[in-house]
Amino acid sequence: MDWSAILLSLRLATATTLILLVVGLPLAGWLALSHRRGRWAVDALVALPLVLPPTVLGFYVLVALGPRSPIGQAYEALTGSPIVFSFQGLLVASVLYSLPFAVQPFAAAFAAVDRNLIETAWCLGASRVRTFTRIVVPLARPGIVAGVVLSFAHTVGEFGVVLMVGGNLPGSTRTVSISIYDDVQAFDYARAGRTAALLLVFSFVVLAMTYRVQRRSGRSWPLVS
Amino acid sequence: MAARLIASFLRQHAPTVSIRAELELEAGDRRVMVLFGPSGSGKTTILRCLAGLDRPQQGFIRFGEEVWFDADAGINRPPQQRRLAYVSQDYGLFPHLTVEQNIRFGMDAAGPQARDRVDTILRTVHLEGMAGRFPTQLSGGERQRVALARALARDPRLILLDEPLAALDLPLRDPMRQELRQFLRSIDVPSVVVTHDRVDALTLGDRMAVLSGGYIRQVGPIHEVFSRPFDVDVAASVGVETVVPGNIVDSADGLVTVRVGASQIRVAHAAVMPQSVFVCIRAEDVTLETAPRGDVSARNQWTGRVTALQPDGGVVRVTVDCGFLLSALITRPACEELRLAEDAKVTAVVKATAVHLIPREIP
Repeated sequence: MDWSAILLSLRLATATTLILLVVGLPLAGWLALSHRRGRWAVDALVALPLVLPPTVLGFYVLVALGPRSPIGQAYEALTGSPIVFSFQGLLVASVLYSLPFAVQPFAAAFAAVDRNLIETAWCLGASRVRTFTRIVVPLARPGIVAGVVLSFAHTVGEFGVVLMVGGNLPGSTRTVSISIYDDVQAFDYARAGRTAALLLVFSFVVLAMTYRVQRRSGRSWPLVS
Repeated sequence: MAARLIASFLRQHAPTVSIRAELELEAGDRRVMVLFGPSGSGKTTILRCLAGLDRPQQGFIRFGEEVWFDADAGINRPPQQRRLAYVSQDYGLFPHLTVEQNIRFGMDAAGPQARDRVDTILRTVHLEGMAGRFPTQLSGGERQRVALARALARDPRLILLDEPLAALDLPLRDPMRQELRQFLRSIDVPSVVVTHDRVDALTLGDRMAVLSGGYIRQVGPIHEVFSRPFDVDVAASVGVETVVPGNIVDSADGLVTVRVGASQIRVAHAAVMPQSVFVCIRAEDVTLETAPRGDVSARNQWTGRVTALQPDGGVVRVTVDCGFLLSALITRPACEELRLAEDAKVTAVVKATAVHLIPREIP
């Protein structure tokens, strides 16, 4: 089994999920709770990776981060190495690719929080930020867990974007799905099968645990009606 | 000393729906204002504008020296800066926080001092030993108490209650109504209570504003608004009724005698009542006669003069001055038969069972 690819995928998925938590929670909060004009445009932008072929997304990321782009040049001047075909480049692409898988469940969970509770918190003197962190986020926890699991699993399984932006460098951009693809290309079906089976079991266990947690928390926090 | 609330604003929901409000309220003896009106009349909208949750299109809201809202100056203070207590119809308790955490949420203080304060407040609302419970583990009445406790903990300058008793089961409403009245009287903070229930209004309020068709039609002392509605709209929404303040002077065998001015009213009433009450008589329960009758066992019989006759469709609303102003609703033929005219002498008869008492103090 290609342990280095499995470890790399887990590392990538963990980093992606953490970044999505930091970026996605405020973004989802803004989408779900504010009534600013132009929200629909941001909604569509966030959902774009859902419908875009991964190769198209990968292509644009590649161009945007490439050695001739301002971002690519700035990164290279700062760190001394190019961002494309590196773990960092892959991370940027992963975050963009999994954005809707985190933000949409987050936003749905935030929108489902009783508006009354939010207004009550405001009247009790809590700022919008405090209301968000103390009331909205805790009450939306099942939806946040769902978003975390989905974006983690989605990142573990991504293929097209990795191929475009990361290439196939063992230990830095060669993820599980690329490894399986490689094994099949090399007619090593046994090795591909072992990795695939591991991924299957892993995905099932993660989803089963999530549903279990969701069900339990759903019972302990029924909204007062 | 609490400050005075002055509000005059217009909020438009849709091109054809607008709510206009003119209100004045201060601490002191007449600090509980009831906003009364049927569902959809705009009571909650007014409350939400006062809280800063909705924004009016015109007018102003001032509290003491502070300007909370001014359409012309473009000022609209957010609810966080108004330091008021707003309790919504379903109480808005945070389900993931304990009773204590709920109460502490709005408090500025922290540490052992806050702990003491929470204990004091829990005692005030009779919830000792419940600090660690979650809202789902409480009864409806206890939830209301937690909501009030949380509101109180913030040391508010104005209390806004939206249908505070509507979420309670019927058997619980009576005792909670009394408790709420006592609570509102025990703190020297002006409050606005929204309700569509007559008994709630009479029990809780000192003054009352009647809303109908998006306007505040009448503001005044509570019994006055009930007894003397300005116009047909107000009369229709409060129900034509005589409401007068009185004192219980005697109580025996389920028959209570109440003194109202110089008159005495007999009431069939079994429950224990405080001395101070509102006497309520529905206009349709009053019978008018030309002369007093003999058999007055359990009836009230007062002789007085007609002060007003107001025809309203097939019926006539007659106001009789018999030591207090009594409203009677009789048919047109009956009115002609009795030869009623202004200043005519008439005898009003009301069964003792048709008179209702509403306590004004805690027994």
